[in-house]
Amino acid sequence: MRAFGSRSKAASPSQSPLPQAGEGEKIRPTQLMEKRATFSSTTIGLVFIAPMLLLIFVFFYWPSGQALYWAFTLEQPWGGGNQWVGLQNFQQLLSDPVYWNSITRSLVFGLASTAIAMGVALVLALFTDRELRFHRAYRSIFVWPYAIAAPALGLAFRFILAPEAGLLSVLNSIWPNIWNPALDGKDAMIAVIVAFSWKYIGYNFIFFLSALAAIPRSLIEAAAMDGAGPARRVVDIQLPLLTPTLFFLLVINITESFQDSFGIVDIMTQGGPARATELMVYKIYFDGFKGLDYSGAAAQSIILMGLVVLLTIVQFRFIERRVHYK
Amino acid sequence: MHAKFLGAAGMFAIAAMLAGPAMADKTKIDFWFGNTGDIAKRVQEQCDRFNQSQSDYEVVCTSQGSYDASLQNTIAAFRAGKQPTIAQVSDAGTLDIMLSGAFYPANKLMKDMGYDVDWNDYFSGIKSYYATSKGDMYSFPFNSSTPLLYWNKDAFAKIGKDQAPATWEEAAEDFKALKAAGYTCPLGFNISRDEIWQFGEQVLAVAGEPVASKRNGYDGLDAELVFNKGTWVKFIKDLKGWYDNGEAVLKSKETGQTFVEAFAAGDCQVILTSVGDHGNIGRTAKEGMNWGVAMLPVYAGTERKHSFVGGASLWVLNGKSDAEYKGAAAFFNFIAKPEEALTWSTVTGYIPVRNSGYDYLVKQGFYDKAPYAGRELAIKSLTASPATADSLPGIRLGGLLQIRQEMANGLQAIFINNADVQTSLDEAAARGNQILRRFEQTYKGKQLP
Repeated sequence: MRAFGSRSKAASPSQSPLPQAGEGEKIRPTQLMEKRATFSSTTIGLVFIAPMLLLIFVFFYWPSGQALYWAFTLEQPWGGGNQWVGLQNFQQLLSDPVYWNSITRSLVFGLASTAIAMGVALVLALFTDRELRFHRAYRSIFVWPYAIAAPALGLAFRFILAPEAGLLSVLNSIWPNIWNPALDGKDAMIAVIVAFSWKYIGYNFIFFLSALAAIPRSLIEAAAMDGAGPARRVVDIQLPLLTPTLFFLLVINITESFQDSFGIVDIMTQGGPARATELMVYKIYFDGFKGLDYSGAAAQSIILMGLVVLLTIVQFRFIERRVHYK
Repeated sequence: MHAKFLGAAGMFAIAAMLAGPAMADKTKIDFWFGNTGDIAKRVQEQCDRFNQSQSDYEVVCTSQGSYDASLQNTIAAFRAGKQPTIAQVSDAGTLDIMLSGAFYPANKLMKDMGYDVDWNDYFSGIKSYYATSKGDMYSFPFNSSTPLLYWNKDAFAKIGKDQAPATWEEAAEDFKALKAAGYTCPLGFNISRDEIWQFGEQVLAVAGEPVASKRNGYDGLDAELVFNKGTWVKFIKDLKGWYDNGEAVLKSKETGQTFVEAFAAGDCQVILTSVGDHGNIGRTAKEGMNWGVAMLPVYAGTERKHSFVGGASLWVLNGKSDAEYKGAAAFFNFIAKPEEALTWSTVTGYIPVRNSGYDYLVKQGFYDKAPYAGRELAIKSLTASPATADSLPGIRLGGLLQIRQEMANGLQAIFINNADVQTSLDEAAARGNQILRRFEQTYKGKQLP
């Protein structure tokens, strides 16, 4: 750790002389401080942030508040009224071993898909950044998966991974029954992890590529002249300078893997076989939108929100320390 | 610039005033439904026929993507005060809307609007499924179906049989013989939430056994699940036995071919599915394949009872104007015509819901012709026993979709993880009962109508 800290310190002098060169450099907080134009009136400031605050209120605080309220009630779906039940919804959930299993599964899903999505995206971005042949084409192509809606993605992967008729059925013809997400819970989990990761590889790729482009060429070239090969340069220069991006993507990927997976699960496995892919967010979707159990789904949302907040705090508390923004 | 703008606005205002009375001649009503694909097209055609048949009302029919989505969108719209006049609600959502008070009861609507409807014209099995305990109809049965056993006549000929199994014992023999004759998939089936309908609810229905106490929930919200205590345990054990012997094979979207597709392709020799698939299988069946349908088997010595109707009914929602309700009543009057029943049953696989419609179809020779012959068995199955005070009219349970999911999870544990049958079904029933108790508590103080 000490070693990479000193290297990034060494990196800063060469960066600072040309900060406005427009090479994708982000404006750093310190520069902002130096050039800030001050507004004397807080009213103007409030007016500027009002539209954003309104949006956040309408699309986040209002629904969250509603969910929080419903979580402590039993709500009739057609709006015929509700009754206060206190912590009953939470007690029922937390005393249910099946629910705890779905929490464990969500964690496994979140960690595995984040690792795959970030790892593969990083490798692809590093190769593209080295300007290998066709790198321009890769740059556009790798972004596409993120633009595909989850249900379409789920359909495509359901076909690709189908044990009898899909592309992977070749495996079964060589080794019978080696791959069957319809009957084997582990295979089903792998299938949804692969589908979800595939989508986020594209997303992560954009961020990694632009972060790599922001690393001064002179640094890499200097290292090359000192005799460092491509792998060494990745480990000692590019990765340490990527830590802010790595951290940002880690937080985003973990959060999204807890929230954005229900579409894929719904199309590919419906939570089966035998609950093997029943993630927390899929259960919320199913209970709330299909089962009309609004209060149960609301209570589960609150627990999920708590868990994501907790995970994010842990990441900021223990991982961000190792991130060097400058 | 300013003057121009005002001028334009004025023109619009005048245009709106002129158009106003002209538009008012036609009252627009919204109808939201959940069917998709070909069926959605057929619903749309029916709406067009209604719109062309008269000039007072215009019904605007919109598919919402699925039963669940349609119900969800209708509820959201209702809570925001922007509900459609007519909404389709599937069997699983019936109890919620029935307890909500958010609707204009169908029987009252027709009476208020001056239509005289003979409610007893509905098939008793269909009527009782949707009616209140007093026999009042709050909604109109719309797309109705019931499950049948589909069998491949060519394959059965190979084992020397020219008829479908009538009992499960006979079916077991047939599966064994088919397997011995080299068929790899004598019975194609699946165990997701969607198949609980034919493999659970309907198998019990024709056996005359309940899924839940209190006449399957019709006599009170305090009903409890009992599917883990009777014939179903034996049936699941048998099914598991066939599965273990390779006589029953799981076929689903996840494996790459659904059991309906597998049957149409000649890969599976027997399936259980809705009569609604009859048209689809007829169109997609392998060329030259001889196949037929039969009523669901029962165990030997069991007296056959009528099966339950599946599908959805149409509800009229609260908070609309009198003119809109008049339009809705006119629409219901239109789709109840026997000619409409004929067109509807011809283009979809759904069955007529009234005796008059059925008689009309019979008179037209509908059931004699090749692509439609066999569908009369659905009516026979639905009317196999009379609806009496203590017979089971259908299933009226809160959270039915979630209960089906629990049953499916239980089956998946049995078939995939080799869990013990009785233990898994007990657990599914216990979890299902929790859902029922939550539902009962949610509607505390409300009485089943």
